[in-house]
Amino acid sequence: MPRVAFTRHLQTFFPKLKMGEEVPGATVREVIAELEKRYPGFALYVGDETGRLRRHVNVFVGEDPICDREELSDSVSPGDEVYILQALSGG
Amino acid sequence: MSDRIILATKKGTLILDRNNGRWTLRPIAHAGMAVSYAARDPRDGTFWACMDNAHWGPALMRSHDGGATWVDSSRVVYPKGARYIEQIIPDPKAMEEAGKPIMYKQAALMKIWALGFAGKDQPGVIHAGTLPGGLFTTRDGGGSWDLNRPLWNHESRGGDLFAGEATSKNQWGGTPAAMAYGEFVPGIHSVVVDPRDSDHFYVAISSAGVLETRDGGKSWAGRNRGMLNDYLPNPETEWGHDPHLVTLCPAQPDRLWQQNHCGVFTSEDGALSWKRVSRKDVGAHFGFPIAADGEDAKTAWVVPLRSDQERMTLGGGLFVARTSDGGASWQIFREGLPQEDCYDVIYRHALDASGDRVCFGTTTGNAYVSEDRGETWHCLGNNLPPIHSVRFA
Repeated sequence: MPRVAFTRHLQTFFPKLKMGEEVPGATVREVIAELEKRYPGFALYVGDETGRLRRHVNVFVGEDPICDREELSDSVSPGDEVYILQALSGG
Repeated sequence: MSDRIILATKKGTLILDRNNGRWTLRPIAHAGMAVSYAARDPRDGTFWACMDNAHWGPALMRSHDGGATWVDSSRVVYPKGARYIEQIIPDPKAMEEAGKPIMYKQAALMKIWALGFAGKDQPGVIHAGTLPGGLFTTRDGGGSWDLNRPLWNHESRGGDLFAGEATSKNQWGGTPAAMAYGEFVPGIHSVVVDPRDSDHFYVAISSAGVLETRDGGKSWAGRNRGMLNDYLPNPETEWGHDPHLVTLCPAQPDRLWQQNHCGVFTSEDGALSWKRVSRKDVGAHFGFPIAADGEDAKTAWVVPLRSDQERMTLGGGLFVARTSDGGASWQIFREGLPQEDCYDVIYRHALDASGDRVCFGTTTGNAYVSEDRGETWHCLGNNLPPIHSVRFA
């Protein structure tokens, strides 16, 4: 089952998020949908209401940033780490 | 007269309390996160903060204990099918694209720009003005928010785009304030509720103008007669105006005030007609915020800037202009405000009045309060974050 890692910033809003949590899903979209079930409101932190990733949020599968920021269709394999983080921004 | 001020800033929410004649600043709430607007619901005392988090998106937070702790309100989300017509940024290169077919875009919330609280006749009703130009209303104090479809589908915006193609010309332009979100879209920055009847309220849109509803948002009509847009081929156009902020006198609600891109305007007949009352010769003309007196319909305050490409202080010094005669004349007040080397800009929500008190905050992190109707000023802080809104609470 994929594991999820994330920026600690997200724990400000979801204190019960667990680093390395195992989350079922074959795509990034499915992983985030499962996180939404566990932590209601989570999906609207990382994406907007159309489902696309927010502009200053990045998701990596393993070491690679996802390609599909609109539909989050990038595939995820058991054993992959899905890393959710904020992009750098200034000021 | 309020003894509390709430500031929405680029780095969180700041609350000031007045005790024994002194204003003191509490530790910042929402540390590190931008807040676009914050205010207190006068009906039940709930504090609201419109989060403008660059990473995690726009959201609403509320506090039921006077700002000590904050919790998420439900999210404001555009429903599927809420489309808008894409805008062309008005520069010469983009205008080459003008001949292309209409492009539609599914709306997603970019920013919650302003809140408007209904009166005591509608407890729990709050309106939220947003980018890209949708008005949302909650009827249960923030439990859920619904898009006002009659306004979203208004003929001035192309008609009902949920149903299909545009059936009328889109008259709503974008606001430069949206460019930080990567698009040129309209924004609702003013929601002004008539204290006599909460079904009667106004919205102001950059860049479209003012609309009014008298039936709780079921139908809307443009209210821009008398407005002058100096930079359009027809200054008396029905649409395309750029109100920066609209407000009214609570004790005499047929008196409205509007700081517009093209000057200060006022209405004595509930926005049925507007009259320009600003005076370039005395320096009261361009600016973003305006505050109306709570009792006296003829009194309002503005913090003018140099129009309009530069957007800096006039002559390098900060001053506040007040009219006490409905805009026929303006008095300029400088005492207590710095008079040289000022590069402060005062955003549209960053001026407020409560009784004899007036307060404003600036983009360079300065905040000033007056206890004598704007005539003399005291500094509340010089090293605050950029200030987005100031509201007596």
